[in-house]
Amino acid sequence: MGIEIEKPCVVELSNIAVSNTHGEDSPYFAGWKAYDENPYDELTNPSGVIQMGLAENQVSFDLLERYLEEHSEATTWGKGVRNSSFRDNALFQDYHGLHSFRAAMASFMEQIRGERAKFEPDRLVITAGATAANELLTFILANPGDALLVPTPYYPGFDRDLRWRTGVKIVPIHCDSSNNFQITPEALEGAYKEAESMNTKVRGVLITNPSNPLGATIERSVLEQILEFVTRKNIHLVSDEIYSGSVFSPSEFVSVAEILEARNYKDAERVHIVYSLSKDLGLPGFRVGTIYSYNDKVVTTARRMSSFTLISSQTQHLLASMLSDKDFTELYIRTNRERLRKRYEMIIEGLRSNGIECLKGNGGLFCWMNMSPLLEKATKEGELKLWNAIIHQVKLNISPGSSCHCSEPGWFRVCFANMSENTLQVALERIRNFVDKIRTHTLTAGSN
Amino acid sequence: MTRKENKKPQPSPPSSSSSTSGGGGTAMRVIVPLQGVFQGRGGLFLGSVIPCALYYLFQLYVKTRTRHRFNSPPTSPHSNSTPSPSHNNLPELSVHPRSLSRTHLSSPTPSAFLSGRAASLAADSPYYAGLYKAAENSYHEVDNPEGVIHLAVGDNKICVDLVEDWMEKNLSGAVLEEGGDFTGIGITGISGCQPFDGVMKLKVAVASFMSQAVDNSVFFNPSQMVITSGVDPAIEILSFCLADYGNAFLVPTPHSPSFDGAAKWRTGVEIVPVPCRSADNFNLNIAALDQAFNQAKKRGQKVRGIIITNPSNPVGNLLSHETLLSLLDFAREKNIHIISNEIYAGSTYGNEEFVSMAEILEVEDHDRERVHIVYGLSDDISVPSYKACVIYSCNKNVLAAAKKLARLSSISAPTQQLLTSMLSDARFMQNFIEINRLRLQKMCQAFVARLKQLGIECARSDGGFHCWADMSALMRSYSEKGELELWDRLLNVAKINVTPGTSCHCIEPGWFGFCFTLLSEKDIPVVVERLQRISEATK
Repeated sequence: MGIEIEKPCVVELSNIAVSNTHGEDSPYFAGWKAYDENPYDELTNPSGVIQMGLAENQVSFDLLERYLEEHSEATTWGKGVRNSSFRDNALFQDYHGLHSFRAAMASFMEQIRGERAKFEPDRLVITAGATAANELLTFILANPGDALLVPTPYYPGFDRDLRWRTGVKIVPIHCDSSNNFQITPEALEGAYKEAESMNTKVRGVLITNPSNPLGATIERSVLEQILEFVTRKNIHLVSDEIYSGSVFSPSEFVSVAEILEARNYKDAERVHIVYSLSKDLGLPGFRVGTIYSYNDKVVTTARRMSSFTLISSQTQHLLASMLSDKDFTELYIRTNRERLRKRYEMIIEGLRSNGIECLKGNGGLFCWMNMSPLLEKATKEGELKLWNAIIHQVKLNISPGSSCHCSEPGWFRVCFANMSENTLQVALERIRNFVDKIRTHTLTAGSN
Repeated sequence: MTRKENKKPQPSPPSSSSSTSGGGGTAMRVIVPLQGVFQGRGGLFLGSVIPCALYYLFQLYVKTRTRHRFNSPPTSPHSNSTPSPSHNNLPELSVHPRSLSRTHLSSPTPSAFLSGRAASLAADSPYYAGLYKAAENSYHEVDNPEGVIHLAVGDNKICVDLVEDWMEKNLSGAVLEEGGDFTGIGITGISGCQPFDGVMKLKVAVASFMSQAVDNSVFFNPSQMVITSGVDPAIEILSFCLADYGNAFLVPTPHSPSFDGAAKWRTGVEIVPVPCRSADNFNLNIAALDQAFNQAKKRGQKVRGIIITNPSNPVGNLLSHETLLSLLDFAREKNIHIISNEIYAGSTYGNEEFVSMAEILEVEDHDRERVHIVYGLSDDISVPSYKACVIYSCNKNVLAAAKKLARLSSISAPTQQLLTSMLSDARFMQNFIEINRLRLQKMCQAFVARLKQLGIECARSDGGFHCWADMSALMRSYSEKGELELWDRLLNVAKINVTPGTSCHCIEPGWFGFCFTLLSEKDIPVVVERLQRISEATK
């Protein structure tokens, strides 16, 4: 075979394919790389990087495992497959989703809210994860070039989910520590005006409740203010309640669904709720997300669009039986909340004893840590410098506030539910050493 | 056996004016006063005030009903089952900005905006209308013998018994059992975060299945795969990667109705049809391709690629080796992509041999970067609702982008595990492919023969799930209107839901797609008898 000089085949790709609007080049994802290259393991790699940048819930796995062992016949096929619903299930191609599954999800969502809100199974649209749900809603509610208002700090993945393929912009609603990062009417108006000044049409507000990365629920009065704002501006409200089952104390979570029900669904047609089992049930691998909308047209359109992001009927079947077991779900929700609260208290105490304060949180799988006193310079660069040190010296992957678009430097999101208690202790120990070193260094430098 | 009635889903056609009456009001407000002007002075008053008053009263009535709807979600299968003109107009109106009509509404709740993309989705089509009818009233041999026989969806249940057998033998424990019959991972292994484009074990299993499907003529590299939850996301992802908003793909017609959604809806990409004709058995003609390309260019449309389906859907013919080579030449000359949708590669049954684009590329390897293949998994192995599909490409940049996009349509871990297990069972898969082919051939031949007895000829097919039948003799007029009228009679009188050629953009009216893989042998006489009702009524 001779050497052939081939003309390289250069076929163009789309702008979407080559752009970096997916935001996956941000530090949020870069920290993961450090972890992937040197992952911590209690036994085999005790000096590796501890992953504290992944909001996964592993604290209640044992409950799921035990349930599935005890109820294997209900959740699978196998012996007796011919007498079962397997055939219908395998051939059931309907983008509405199994009714039993939607009913089970609706009931689970009601339980999480202490039965203070009702969910109709036929208003649930299923998607392969909350990521897809948020993107799908954005496609439906906004045209390319329009904007959604999102309070900062927010989940870095929104840059991809809400913007990449949709062509929709995010205009931040600036929140700061002066009032614990709560959303204010002034901030809402400010964001709206900012969009107007860019000649951009605002189509909705997207909130996460409880918030990621803050780990705190939104107060009822604030929710009412947001509802009043979106009604006045005639725009939509998307409430991503993916962590609703992870609020430590059930009475502290108010869902927008409850407020709407209490006012007999006035103005409800502009409200849409996103939920998923990835966080509360710790099943991100199952890719289960839902949209609940009070708007008939959004339900119909979302359902049709969900053909691009369906959940296999096998998975639906598996989860339907588990989620409709009310005794199990009650036990799970209660136990999960308790364990998460304990974890939270453990990390808060551990950090406090090192002089590091966190925002008062009450839900979610992470805490919002204030390391601004340790910054050399109170700037984004200062924050990234500190973050680099934490990744490479302390060997902890945590998420810098700037990747969450936080306007104040020095805040970090630290996840605590994706590891064992031992590992958490190791992490806290490492932080203690690091903080001691900085303080000693500062003292030494100061005395020279 | 067709679907049982008791698991009918609750379809919800958009209620005609619940969230859009304000938008409709704006248009009405212009029309109504104009009527009065044309009717003269007295007429001016009567012609404008009375219709206005009636209209506002109607709006008030609708708004009052709307408020009570939030506790009764959009599930009424008995209303709005056929598309009506106003119904179809509403999505456009709903996009109209709200500011004008606020002051005129008697209700304080203006409807919220929906995007242009939502509007195009909300519009009804024969596909949805047929789906609703079939869902409301599904045929069942015993429970509902007069129900609608649904033959408009491309599913294959011909070999589902083989899959049942396999599961009976291989799934002795829970799907998630530790040390169970799968990979012994247990729940902790499969519930955590996974690569969104599919786990490597599944990809390796898929590579081996794909090789089997093309009689081992090609080696498939698992690292060049992105696994997605179905054909629609696969085509959509490729569309997003290869074309920008406003660009176009050339697509031979008739094509699958789902391309309109997958290639166009959210991407904003256009489809330029390349008509194929019955005289050629609807085979692709390169001259026609060239003509379509040039015409698109004249219109200022930038063509980024060609989408072919091989075996084709809905006709079921195969692209020859020669045609595939010519296609590649064409794509090279124009420097565009080829998406080769080969989801029915495992379902060929005729005498002609199937040639995959992958085989062509084994030889013509300098064009590898421009060809992207889509393979079906769940469809080929009779578990279509498990939703699994593969994008296969040698183009690193396309793979990188597709991998990120796969996050938005990935398959759940339990389903991946099940598919891995099944696909890795080489003996089962080999056996399955052979039996599937034999049964497909038998069913297709039987159905086509019975249609022929009724005077209905079908295009020659060598693969896929459809018979493409010429029903033009039963139309009242040889036109698109005549075809849709026949489709309506088929649905509402014969109670058979089939795909009309217009949904597939067929240039010749009167062709219909019947998904024969949804039939069992017992169903064929039932379908034939029902078709006879129509053919007798037409005489």
